[in-house]
Amino acid sequence: MAEAAIELIGINKSFGAVRANRDIHLTVEKGTIHGIVGENGAGKSTLMSILYGFYQADSGEIRVNGKPTRIDTPNDAIAAGIGMVHQHFMLVHNFTVLENVILGVEGEALLRASIAKARSELQRLEREYGLTVDPDAIIETLPVGLQQRVEILKALYRGAETLILDEPTGVLTPAEADHLFRILRQLKEQGKTVVLITHKLREIMAVTDNVSVMRQGTMVDTRKTAETTVGELAELMVGRRVLLRVDKGEARPGDFKLVVEGLTVKDTRGVTMVNDVSFGVRAGEIVGIAGVAGNGQSELIEAIAGIRHAVSGRVLLDGKPIEVTGNADPGELREHGLAHVPEDRHHVGLVLAFEENENSILGYHDEAQYLKGAFLDIPAIRRDAAEKIEKYDIRPADCRLKTANFSGGNQQKIVLAREMEQDPGVLIVGQPTRGVDVGAIEFIHKRLIDMRDRGKAVLLVSVELDEIRSLSDRILVMFDGRIVGERGPDATEGELGLLMAGVESKEAAE
Amino acid sequence: MSTPYAKLPGWVDYGLIPLINVVVAFLVAGLVVLIVGENPFEAAVILVKGALGGGQNIAYTLYYATNFIFTGLAVAVAFHCGLFNIGGEGQAYVGGLGLSIVCLSLDTTFPWWINFPLAIVATALFGALWALIPAYLQARRGSHIVITTIMFNFIAASLMVYLLVGPLKAANTMAPQTRDFLPGGQLPKLNFIFDALGMTVRSAPFNVSFLLALAASVFVWALVWRTRFGYELRTMGFSPEAARYAGINESRIIIITMLISGALAGLMSINVVMGDQHHVALDFASGAGFVGIAVALMGRSHPFGIIPAAILFGMLYQGGADLSFEMPEISRDMIVIIQGLVILFAGALEHMFRPAIQTIFASLSPRSVGIAAKAEAR
Repeated sequence: MAEAAIELIGINKSFGAVRANRDIHLTVEKGTIHGIVGENGAGKSTLMSILYGFYQADSGEIRVNGKPTRIDTPNDAIAAGIGMVHQHFMLVHNFTVLENVILGVEGEALLRASIAKARSELQRLEREYGLTVDPDAIIETLPVGLQQRVEILKALYRGAETLILDEPTGVLTPAEADHLFRILRQLKEQGKTVVLITHKLREIMAVTDNVSVMRQGTMVDTRKTAETTVGELAELMVGRRVLLRVDKGEARPGDFKLVVEGLTVKDTRGVTMVNDVSFGVRAGEIVGIAGVAGNGQSELIEAIAGIRHAVSGRVLLDGKPIEVTGNADPGELREHGLAHVPEDRHHVGLVLAFEENENSILGYHDEAQYLKGAFLDIPAIRRDAAEKIEKYDIRPADCRLKTANFSGGNQQKIVLAREMEQDPGVLIVGQPTRGVDVGAIEFIHKRLIDMRDRGKAVLLVSVELDEIRSLSDRILVMFDGRIVGERGPDATEGELGLLMAGVESKEAAE
Repeated sequence: MSTPYAKLPGWVDYGLIPLINVVVAFLVAGLVVLIVGENPFEAAVILVKGALGGGQNIAYTLYYATNFIFTGLAVAVAFHCGLFNIGGEGQAYVGGLGLSIVCLSLDTTFPWWINFPLAIVATALFGALWALIPAYLQARRGSHIVITTIMFNFIAASLMVYLLVGPLKAANTMAPQTRDFLPGGQLPKLNFIFDALGMTVRSAPFNVSFLLALAASVFVWALVWRTRFGYELRTMGFSPEAARYAGINESRIIIITMLISGALAGLMSINVVMGDQHHVALDFASGAGFVGIAVALMGRSHPFGIIPAAILFGMLYQGGADLSFEMPEISRDMIVIIQGLVILFAGALEHMFRPAIQTIFASLSPRSVGIAAKAEAR
C-alpha cells in the first residue's frame, strides 16, 4: 500500500443530539484522487470541515503524512499542507485574481513585492498544471469555472499538498467539469493528493482512484474505483435500511387532480434545476418522487406550491391552470385546495418564535373562522389548536408553548395537522419524516395513507428511499432536473438506485 | 439554533436584565463624572432629584417621555416587521409640517379640541408620507431601509429649513419659525394632576399629548398582537420565507408597516409644537427620533416596555438639564455621554450579561430555565 497523505482515525462529531460523524476511519493515499460520496446530510462536509479546521472533532485523531497533527483552525490545516476549495467560493468579487491569491498571505505592509512574487508563482503553477487564468482579471468578470480555478490556485499558492474539493461540479457546465477533471489528473501526476466530495457517482467513476461511501454519519466502505460499479455504490449510498412496513390497501385512483406540464425551474444562480418535467397525480393515490437530494425535487414542489417562480410550463389543479411563472400566490392555491408541507419546517413551514396556536393558522390566518373583523379571534384559534393537538397527539399538549420548544417530530405534526385538517384536495409533502423520531414516523405515514384513502391526491418527495417505496403507489425518479423513470411500488432498491444515479439501463452500470 | 439562549423566567427577562444593564451604564457614567473631577454620588443625587424631585420636575420628565413613547413605538412597529426605521427624526419633523398647516389655518376658527384630532390626522399623514418613499424603495426596489430613512432625515431637515425661512416664516420677524399659534392651536396642560396630588408645578409643558401617547401604546399592542395584519407583520419579521409560504404579500406588509411607523413618529410633533412651543421652529424634534431607537431596544419593542423606557430617558433629559446647571464641570455633552452609555448597555450590549445570568439561573434551578429546543440536523 502506498504512503498515506491523510489518515482520519476514529473521528466523532455531534451537533447537539445529532451525531454527524460516528467513528470515522479514512485513509487517503498520497498521489491519488480519493472520492467521498454520500447523500446530503451523510456527514461528508462535516468530516472535511473537521479536516480543514472549521470544526473540532469530539474525539479521534488526524494524521498528516503519518504524523499526528492538531488542526484547530484553517490556518493549522494550511500549515499542514491541506487546502480546500469550497462549494461556495470564498473570493473577493471586486479584487483581481492576484489580489485574491495573496489575500491573507500579503506579507509586508506594501503589496508590491508580494504581488510580484505571486505573479511569477502563478506563471509557474500555470506551466505545471495547465491552470490558465489572467492574473489581472477582476473576479466578478470571470465565469464560474475560472473562479473555481482561482480557488485551486489559492490553495496551491499556500503550498497545499492535499486539496479538498467540496461538490466542485455543482455550479459547472459539463465542459467546465471535464476541464476540472483534467486539472485534477494533472495535479495527481505532479504528486498532489486530491479529495473529492460529491454525490454524483459518474464523476467518481470518471476521475477517482479510490472511493469511500458515507451514510448517515458513518463510513460504510472504501473501494478501489476500478473494482466497483455505479450500481454498487448507489446501493451502498442509499443503504438497505430497516424497511418500515406500512399497512395499506389497494389504491383506487380517480381523476387527475394535479397535472404538471413541461415545468422548468431555475435557481437563484440561474442553473436549471427542473428541466421540462411533466406528470400527474390522481385522486386517491400517492405519487412519490425519489432522487438523490439536489436533483431538483425541492425546486419542483416549491414551484408547484407557488413559493418559487417557474421559468416555463403549466400546472393544472382540478383541470384549471394555476399561476406558476409569474406572481404565484400560495394563499390563493390554498383556497383552491392545495396544501403544502414544506421540506424546511424551521424556516418555511413554521415560525419558531410563535406560540404553537399561532403556527396552527399560518397560511390560513385569513379564514373567517379565525377572525373577528380585522382582529384575530384568539379564543377560536386556541380552541382549534387544542383540538389539533389532541387529534394529532402533539406533545406537550400546550398550544401556548413557543414552537421552538417542541421536538422535531412534534413540530412536523403541527405542520401536518394544519395542512391536513383543511381537507385539501391535493397535498404536497416534502421530507415528511426528516429529523422525526420513529414513533412519529409511523403516525405520519398512517395519516398520509389515510389522506389517500379519502380520495386525496398526494405528492410525496423524500430522500428516504424506504419511505418512498412503502408509501407510494407510483414512483417517479428524478435525476439532474428530469424525471428519468417511473416504477411501481414493487421496484427494487437496486433498480431505483440506478435510476437515481442517472444510469438508464443495467448495462451502462457494468 | 433557533433559540440561542435558554428560556429565562419573565421577570428576569423583562425586569432584572434591563435593570442590571441600566445600573452598569450608570456605574460607567459615574467613572466619567469622576474623571472630570466631580463627585459621582452627588451627581446621581442631583440627576434623580432633577428628574423626580417635585411636581415641576416630574411634569417635565413626563413631557420628554411623551416624545420618546411616540418615537419608540414608531421604531418598535417597524422592528416587529424586521425593518429598522431610523427615520423617526425626519418623520416627526415633517409631521410638524402637517401640524403647522392645521394650526396656522384653523387656530382662529376652532377650539383646541377640534384642532387636536385634526392635528392627529395631519401629523400622522405627513409622517406616514415621509416614510412612504423609503418603504416603497425597500419593498419594490430592495433599497435598504436604514440607508433611505437616514437620507430622508437629511432631506426633511433641508426641506424644513427652506420652509421655515421662507413660506412658513411669520412676517416681520427674524426667527426661522412660524407665527405663534392662538389658543385654538394650544393643547391644555395636565399639570392640574400634580396640583391635585399636592405638588406644585409652576409651568411645565406636560400636556394632553401624554394621554395620546398612552392610547397609541395600546393601539400598537392591539395592532401587533391582536389583529390579522399584526400576525402577518410578525410572521414577516421572524421569517420572510414563512411569510411567502403563508401567501403574505411582502411589499404590501412592508409599505403599510412603514406608513404606521411614520405616522407614530409624526404624532410626536403634537407634543412639542401644540403642547409646548406653540409654533413650528427649526429642529424642534431635537433628536427624539433617535432616542426612540434606544427606547424601543430597551423596551424590547413592546409598548408596555417602551413606556417605562421612555420615562427613564425622560428622566435623563430632565435630570441631566439640572445636573449641567448645578455642576458646571458637567456640560450638556456629558449628559449625552450618559445617555449614550445607557443606549450602549441597554440596547447594543443587551446580551452581554445574559449568558452569565443564564448560567447562574441554570445552576440555581435547572427547571426554571426550561429545556432548550433540541438541536436538529440541518
